[in-house]
Amino acid sequence: MRHTISVLVENKFGVLARIATLFAARGFNIDSLAVGETEDPAISRMTIVVKGDDDILEQVTKQLNKLVDVIKVNDFNDVGYVERGLALLKINVTKSNRAEIMQMVDVFRAKIIDVSQDSIIAEITGDEEKIDAFVKMIMPYGIKEMCQTGTVALARGNK
Amino acid sequence: MEKTGAQILVESLLKENVEVVFGLPGGQALPIFDAIHGSKLNFVLTRHEQAASHMADGYARSTGKPGVCIVTSGPGATNIVTGLATAYMDSVPLVAFTGQVSTAVIGQDAFQEADTTGITRPVTKHNFLVKDVKNLAKTIKEAFYIATTGRPGPVLVDIPVDVQRGICEFEYPEKIDIRSYKPTIHGHSGQIKKAAEIINKSERPVLYIGAGVVVSNAEPEILEMSKKSDIPVTNTLLAVGAYPHDTKLSLNMLGMHGTFWANRAVQNADAIIAVGARFDDRCTGKVCDFAKSANIIHIDVDPTSIAKIIDSDIPVVGDAKTILKELIPLVKKAERKDWIEKIEKWKKEAPLEFDRNDDKVHPQYVIEKLSEMTKGEAIVTTEVGQHQMWAAHYYKAAKPRNFISSGGLGTMGYGFPAGLGAKFGNMDKEVIVIAGDGSFQMNMQEMAVSMLNKANVKVVILNNQYLGMVRQWQQMFYEKHYSHTCLAKRKGCPDLCNTPDRDKCPVYLPDFVKWAESYGALGIRVQSKKDIEPALKKMLETDNSVVLDIWTEIEENVFPMVPAGASLDDIITRMNG
Ligand SMILES: Cc1ncc(C[n+]2csc(CCOP(=O)(O)OP(=O)(O)O)c2C)c(N)n1
Ligand SMILES: [Mg+2]
Repeated sequence: MRHTISVLVENKFGVLARIATLFAARGFNIDSLAVGETEDPAISRMTIVVKGDDDILEQVTKQLNKLVDVIKVNDFNDVGYVERGLALLKINVTKSNRAEIMQMVDVFRAKIIDVSQDSIIAEITGDEEKIDAFVKMIMPYGIKEMCQTGTVALARGNK
Repeated sequence: MEKTGAQILVESLLKENVEVVFGLPGGQALPIFDAIHGSKLNFVLTRHEQAASHMADGYARSTGKPGVCIVTSGPGATNIVTGLATAYMDSVPLVAFTGQVSTAVIGQDAFQEADTTGITRPVTKHNFLVKDVKNLAKTIKEAFYIATTGRPGPVLVDIPVDVQRGICEFEYPEKIDIRSYKPTIHGHSGQIKKAAEIINKSERPVLYIGAGVVVSNAEPEILEMSKKSDIPVTNTLLAVGAYPHDTKLSLNMLGMHGTFWANRAVQNADAIIAVGARFDDRCTGKVCDFAKSANIIHIDVDPTSIAKIIDSDIPVVGDAKTILKELIPLVKKAERKDWIEKIEKWKKEAPLEFDRNDDKVHPQYVIEKLSEMTKGEAIVTTEVGQHQMWAAHYYKAAKPRNFISSGGLGTMGYGFPAGLGAKFGNMDKEVIVIAGDGSFQMNMQEMAVSMLNKANVKVVILNNQYLGMVRQWQQMFYEKHYSHTCLAKRKGCPDLCNTPDRDKCPVYLPDFVKWAESYGALGIRVQSKKDIEPALKKMLETDNSVVLDIWTEIEENVFPMVPAGASLDDIITRMNG
């Protein structure tokens, strides 16, 4: 099962290495990882997306909590949350398919951020599903290069 | 007052009431050693940094206080990695300080640079690289706090040489608060109630106790609970001595080399109350066959220990002593006659045994005698191997801190330096190292420390001429292929020898008696049964370091034994049986 885990950590040197080591030592593959400062500059939030057995995940969550620099761990699967990632795609274009691609970009509410003779760069934000769907649609035109940020997520406010 | 980083370190250690520090200097630790020079700090110079880390460990296990070592950068730091890993596995509070190259050249492969915090990250509870002298005092305070609270463990502080030389105002923090580190002490009272209900309903409960009981000094509570509700108690290797020996409720050790009756009791229990134990594979045997009909209550200060290996029905996170104090009043008085009788029957069916009537030198007999003569009051440390298991079976330690052994990592070379460390914390007590001839050779250079400090540590080498534990596995599971386990084998021996015979084998190296004498220690060789007791007596009477080189039966094996990966039900109690 896919889990989105949010880890609040002290914004200190070496913390990322500790967390990466912990996952590696337990043979856990990280799908995506995003790190950044929070509203409090002394605290960073790491958003980690992993797929795995619930038992192993429980163990990983506990191990994360045990790290001295970790302040709080939340498995967002237990609560309502929103998540976003961002992808940049450099797409092959020709005179004949340019309009078609533009339309696709529009439908997905993506943005064109660079244009050249034979390629464009599109920027898309959304959850994993949306980004995957966009990539799938664009694939037949030829993706020259692509890069993605890790997913970031927040729990929803109280209703 | 303004002080240098090195002075701050020394002053901070004194503020932490550190009685003794073990270590060895080097280029990137020179300012620290200069600050130690002429200070009140009691520093013990070891002959190898690995030994310094084990000494700090032995000191910590025997006293319950944190052990401290200081070594230089690079090779000094890498030499303590085994000591840190040993302490980490067995939850021992250590604080290790390492010198580091100057902050300006970190990352440039400078002379004697190693990424010490990187290398030690997986084998420490936490580690720090101090980049600014202003943070040094606070970091030291945090290091001691982290090492000694919650589930204890080793903490390393890496101090670059320019930070050691740097100057700042020194004030040692009085209090400490780490927002991201808050160990749980009090158990959840709802869970404790549920645990009591399970115990009260059970007919065949077993208490399974580990190092956590020793760490939290919960032996009195374990005794009270077991007596109140007639619950038999089995212990891990690290909790030998935490429960009185030879009572009707004592089961002795469980697991791979546990007693027949402890393993039978666990497998037939309807409730297991695990306290400060982590269901290590050496205890559980084949996990899916472990205590199948039991409800499992798991009390542990470390949440990651819970449900890691065995799912527990009632987990309770917190300090063992605190939780037991709350649990005991809820547990009903009980008498479990049938259950205890059943256990008595198992005790008679397959007791711990060796041939007492022949005149061979059985290693078990040596330890049994030693236990009788010291009444379990001496601190015994062990190396790793067969002798370690015999020590666990036959040395009746009067309290858990009198039996010290590397359990989780199984580190050969641990016992002798750990014994020295224990001695520095207990100068008034007898400290005896039960050593294998193989393990002892891994850190025997520390005899200099014993002699020069008049530590008078006693070493009993159970010399079987083999890396005996490995030889036993080769005998039982690898068709007696004694591949590279004979310590006497030399050029000219038959290639595939599996018929050792002291009279025909090459002379053993080294001659431990002459070796001991070269240090000014007393060395005694024992080759016959009748000489065992007099030699032990002489050893205990001697006001010097002593080495007994006891030539035991060569192919004696440790039983009972549960083969690796087998269920505890499949315990073998004797050879071919
Ligand atoms: C540092 C280290 N290396 C290797 C081993 C594997 N090992 C476990 S027991 C053992 C043999 C120990 O021999 P000895 O000290 O003579 O004890 P004995 O079993 O003969 O009593 C070995 C090699 C280990 N535990 N630790
Ligand atoms: Mg041996």
